Amino acid sequence: MDDTILLAHGSGGKLSHELVEKRFLPFLANPALNKLDDSAIFEASGRLAFTTDGYVVNPIFFPGGDIGKLAVCGTVNDLAMNGAKPLYLSLSAIIEEGFLLSELERIVQSIKKAAEEAGVSIITGDTKVVNRGQADKLFITTSGVGIVPPGVDISGANARAGDKVLLSGTIGDHGMAIMSKREGLKFSMTLKSDCAPLNKLVAQMLEVSSRIHCLRDPTRGGLATTLNELARQSKVGIVIEEAKIPVKEEVKAACELLGLDPIYVANEGKLAAIVDPADANKILARMRKNIYGRDASIIGEVTDKHPGKVVMRTKLGPSRIVDMLSGELLPRIC
Amino acid sequence: MKFIDEYQDSKLAQGLARRIAQHSTRTVRLMEFCGGHTHAILRYGIRQLVPKTVEMRSGPGCPVCVTATADLDKAIALAHLPDVIITTFGDMIRVPGSYSSLQQAKAEGADVRIVYSTIDAVAIAKANPGKSVIFIAIGFETTAPTIAASILKAQQERIQNFYVLSLNKLTPPVMKALLDSGEVKIDGIVCPGHVSVIIGSHPYEFIPRDYGVACVISGFEPLDILLCIDKLVEQIEKREPKVEIAYPRGVKPEGNRKARQLMEEVFEIGEANWRGIGIVPKSGLKIRKEYEQFDADKAFSMTLKPSKEPKGCRCGDVIRGAATPLDCKLFRKVCTPESPVGPCMVSSEGACAAYYQYGAAEDL
Repeated sequence: MDDTILLAHGSGGKLSHELVEKRFLPFLANPALNKLDDSAIFEASGRLAFTTDGYVVNPIFFPGGDIGKLAVCGTVNDLAMNGAKPLYLSLSAIIEEGFLLSELERIVQSIKKAAEEAGVSIITGDTKVVNRGQADKLFITTSGVGIVPPGVDISGANARAGDKVLLSGTIGDHGMAIMSKREGLKFSMTLKSDCAPLNKLVAQMLEVSSRIHCLRDPTRGGLATTLNELARQSKVGIVIEEAKIPVKEEVKAACELLGLDPIYVANEGKLAAIVDPADANKILARMRKNIYGRDASIIGEVTDKHPGKVVMRTKLGPSRIVDMLSGELLPRIC
Repeated sequence: MKFIDEYQDSKLAQGLARRIAQHSTRTVRLMEFCGGHTHAILRYGIRQLVPKTVEMRSGPGCPVCVTATADLDKAIALAHLPDVIITTFGDMIRVPGSYSSLQQAKAEGADVRIVYSTIDAVAIAKANPGKSVIFIAIGFETTAPTIAASILKAQQERIQNFYVLSLNKLTPPVMKALLDSGEVKIDGIVCPGHVSVIIGSHPYEFIPRDYGVACVISGFEPLDILLCIDKLVEQIEKREPKVEIAYPRGVKPEGNRKARQLMEEVFEIGEANWRGIGIVPKSGLKIRKEYEQFDADKAFSMTLKPSKEPKGCRCGDVIRGAATPLDCKLFRKVCTPESPVGPCMVSSEGACAAYYQYGAAEDL
């Protein structure tokens, strides 16, 4: 039988120490974490960005990633969306009794890999074990600290009429990969999550332009919800062109089958940027050189008409309102 | 051929729209029966693409929307019974009944689960032998064969704890009821695509024959719908109403015999209660006596409080095509997808949800 997590792993006693020392430290080691003090101490100066997020994805392993990779990339991306350079993460794991140690190890390895790619260290952490049924296998919470370079002022409230709207690549990959796995919908094509750290892409965009006004990663609720948030926050209207939004063939097909609209499907490795029109092409060219921005395109612009609303010119020509996602994404019945 | 982009081609769409404009001289009102069509029409902006002479009205083809409040109340009451697991398709759980919703019952402790296939409901029954698993069956001829198949599977596998509350409805009889009422003048019907895959084109033949109304079966892509509108306008202009198939890649005139045999094996035709329309004879599917052990209506008895409709809600009128969502005073003001008053705002196939989500830019 495979080794599993026992309640005693959360007792605070010997098994707890063993869990941290054998299952986490060997992979995530760094001077601050290795000390195993109650808190991690680090040097920083300047404007700091701070964020936190909980990860409860089901299934915990999915094509293109797992809950560990997601927990690192998600928090790294939240920092990057304000232009911050992510530095340090905390990681708290709530583990359900009976969880396989082999699966935990796979996830910790994946955390290590994602953190290395993003160039961040996990400097403090915590583990808890709960009774069977009180958590769904594994919940992870990460918090992150980053430094905002001088002169960078990126906020959802900064969009101005005339600005261009850029999208870093294809939409709907993550949500459809999860849905295909979760609902046991057996598609013959492979749907893969786009889960990725975007901080380097953002740094490269900032290298070529200081006039990036808003950045946001369209996670839950998809691109439609993100653009609505930005339109409301900045009190501007946004007009996008459906034909310019890249969607992978397999995602398009899966959405079509289930009656879903890819603009509402979650992404975990994409960003929408609202930038000064004069710099749009320069930023786009730089984005396309990064692997996570190679399918980037300019999908629309900001207007002073219809503040707070997003309007899309459909593939056929007419325009329609694009609202936020409401409720949950559910496949059609007939 | 990838079967998606080809049917969304903007040049072809513009060309079809021009063609429709060229031969459309009379003002016509077309009803798209199916909620899936309503969504595609709004999502792609087809209302704005067709000439002003063509008015589109949505019809009763949203399975969640046409479920009567009394039937919904019954489903909610079933959810509150001890040791019961309710399974149903997505949107049903959010629709407000007279006093509660399945979603609220779930929050109060009832075991309510969304399934994507009736076969999943059978699997839940198998995995929970100590519970009664009730599938709330809604939908038209499209879904009925799969529900029949689940009952046959449960019988084959001797699953004793699987039940179906059959609220399934039939398409042609309700079209007849609408035309008989004469409330809304309709010149042509965009006939449902998926339903017709099962029933074929013959069951619509009484419509042009007895009512002089044009009928064209359509697929769900924008070009399918434009082609269908083009054929409808042509029939109306020539005054030659008939049944045509503009979705030949999905629909054969004879339909799918095997699927219908499944339906006929398990179900018999009976009356059904339609929201906004009322009891329509011969428009519903009841579980046959041979399979009554799976019939939730027979297995569970409850006393229900009289049902009541939400005040001011015009879902009934919208379902009949007597009003558009924009005619309802509650639309967008009181009734939104977040706090829906009626089912047409809840369902992903409901007309109000489509008008809300995909409203034309001019509606701003």
